[in-house]
Amino acid sequence: MKILVCIKQVPQKDAPLKLNETGTWIREDVSYEINEPDAYALEEALRQKEKHGGEVVAITSGPARSQQVLREALAKGADRAIHLEDNAFVGFDAYNTARAFAAAIKDEQFDLIFTGLQSDDYGYAQTGVILAELLGHPHATIIMQIEKSDSGIRVKRELEAGYFQFVDMPLPAVLTIQSGISKLRYATLIGIKQAKNKPLRKVALAEVQSALSDNLQKIERLYVPQKTKKTEIIDGSPNEIAKKLVERLRNEVRVL
Amino acid sequence: MKILVVVEQREGKLNRVSWETIAAGQALAADTGGTLEAAVVGAGVSGYAAEIAAKKLAKVYAIESAGLEPYTPDAFVHALKGFIATNQPALVMMPHTYQVRDFVPKLATAAGSTCISDCIGYKKDGDKLLFTRQMFQGKLAADVSFTGAGPWFVTFQNGAFRGDKAEAGAAAAPVEVVNVEIPAGVVRNQPHEVFKEAKQAVDLTQAEIIVAVGRGIKEEKNIAIAKALAEALGGDLAASRPICDNGWLPMDRQIGSSGQTVAPKLYLALGISGAIQHIVGMKGARTIIAVNKDAEAPIFEIADYAVVGNLFDIVPPLIEEVKKAKAANS
Ligand SMILES: Cc1cc2nc3c(=O)[nH]c(=O)nc-3n(C[C@H](O)[C@H](O)[C@H](O)COP(=O)(O)OP(=O)(O)OC[C@H]3O[C@@H](n4cnc5c(N)ncnc54)[C@H](O)[C@@H]3O)c2cc1C
Ligand SMILES: Nc1ncnc2c1ncn2[C@@H]1O[C@H](COP(=O)(O)O)[C@@H](O)[C@H]1O
Repeated sequence: MKILVCIKQVPQKDAPLKLNETGTWIREDVSYEINEPDAYALEEALRQKEKHGGEVVAITSGPARSQQVLREALAKGADRAIHLEDNAFVGFDAYNTARAFAAAIKDEQFDLIFTGLQSDDYGYAQTGVILAELLGHPHATIIMQIEKSDSGIRVKRELEAGYFQFVDMPLPAVLTIQSGISKLRYATLIGIKQAKNKPLRKVALAEVQSALSDNLQKIERLYVPQKTKKTEIIDGSPNEIAKKLVERLRNEVRVL
Repeated sequence: MKILVVVEQREGKLNRVSWETIAAGQALAADTGGTLEAAVVGAGVSGYAAEIAAKKLAKVYAIESAGLEPYTPDAFVHALKGFIATNQPALVMMPHTYQVRDFVPKLATAAGSTCISDCIGYKKDGDKLLFTRQMFQGKLAADVSFTGAGPWFVTFQNGAFRGDKAEAGAAAAPVEVVNVEIPAGVVRNQPHEVFKEAKQAVDLTQAEIIVAVGRGIKEEKNIAIAKALAEALGGDLAASRPICDNGWLPMDRQIGSSGQTVAPKLYLALGISGAIQHIVGMKGARTIIAVNKDAEAPIFEIADYAVVGNLFDIVPPLIEEVKKAKAANS
């Protein structure tokens, strides 16, 4: 099976975020990591390849720094990578990102395309499904299991409140992967070495420009949300905090 | 402006969150001088249409086809795309459920437009409509506008509006049945029955005291200190999703949209950031205490008591103090 995995670089989970001068995006001088569900998407792609053979290709769009996530994917076992490299990609809405990906892979035929189920920064939860529509492929979202079947694949979708559902679908298909689908592997030293010699194709914005449009939605203002609940801050030394909390637990919460 | 709310029915039930979307639509229609209509999509849905028609709406559509049951994104998009092309709403509103997020990006794309997803509210800025959504896992919020032509699509987060605020109409709204054809070949996915995994061993829904751990616990072996605190308090241990994904605690201790929904007297969150998917499972707790080293963690927005600090410093003396208090009681 030939599998494409979309991997996004996002600010690290506990990176302190600061707004830029115009208040429309964050200041980019933070540390970055792989969007968590994308790491699981990659893991699942590698496992499918191990079972059924084929090829795993990682793709990302973003500035030079985002090459790091492709390096990680190659070190873990992806065969090659595609980097749509430009600062402008950071500001793309999901529609434009999907269109850029569709344009970048127009000469290739993938059996499966994986994305994460949503990004930690924008959280659109849309890019994969839009890509499926642009390519004319069927899709399924929030996937927790994938098995090859005679006619295509059988996937397990996670539904709300602990429910699940199996869905049979033909290939090619697009799947959005949920965190926890399997255990993540670590890159090995050999893997990291080998990654240096694996092909990484760079795609400039100009090469996909004709497939793009203006964004259809725009962030007018980004800000720290206002608190609506009255919260009492409990501070002091750890011992003082413990005493204050127990006092509240006894007299106000009444659980002691 | 013509506004259409598409309510959700699934597996023979009208999803309660539908009332929230109707309330949101009513507020928006009032603020923009628009008209509000609603639609329900499926096979044999005219009963739901009649139920919805009791609310203050200009009209309700029952979009009907045998091909719409069971749910598939292909059939839903086929039916709704055709309906929207004829009906021409300027704005289409839906709840941000798993089912909606499965098909709405495809629908918006097929309609040549876009969806502002998972919104928690809206604002009017002169003539411009802005939709507010969480970004960066709730650490920041953004006001987002549409830049292109309609139809515009918006989805709202569970709990963003109050369903009980959906206004009843003076008389029942007219209901129109719209029969649609789903031609062979449109639907490519074959869904099977919905099911629940084997019965859960732990039922936290009745728990009075819950100590929940998140990724701030760092390593599996550290779970022990949270467990010790839970034991001292006479409560149960629970966790955020990543802890269960890692296998550090079994899945049936997961709280959130894909785990259990709990409403204890006390929910003590240790090293949990407060992503919306976690919060929906515990915001009904009577008292929430959060310990997090990041003063900006979204969990503090819903906490009654906030401790900004390192859980590894706070928890050990807290266990001691709780034990002392218990000993003094007996
Ligand atoms: C469709 C879908 C369904 C989901 N379902 C669920 C669900 O049911 N339940 C669920 O929980 N999540 C669910 N999630 C995942 C959710 O979005 C979050 O990723 C998850 O809740 C984050 O868990 P966390 O808070 O433990 O980890 P993080 O977000 O990584 O937060 C860890 C926190 O610990 C703090 N911290 C770190 N070290 C310390 C320390 N020493 N002392 C104190 N604090 C510290 C950090 O400041 C941070 O705030 C779902 C996601 C999706 C997309
Ligand atoms: N710039 C990007 N580079 C690589 N993958 C992306 C990018 N943007 C979105 N994706 C993929 O699309 C998924 C959903 O993102 P979103 O629609 O932003 O929530 C992510 O989990 C990624 O797999």
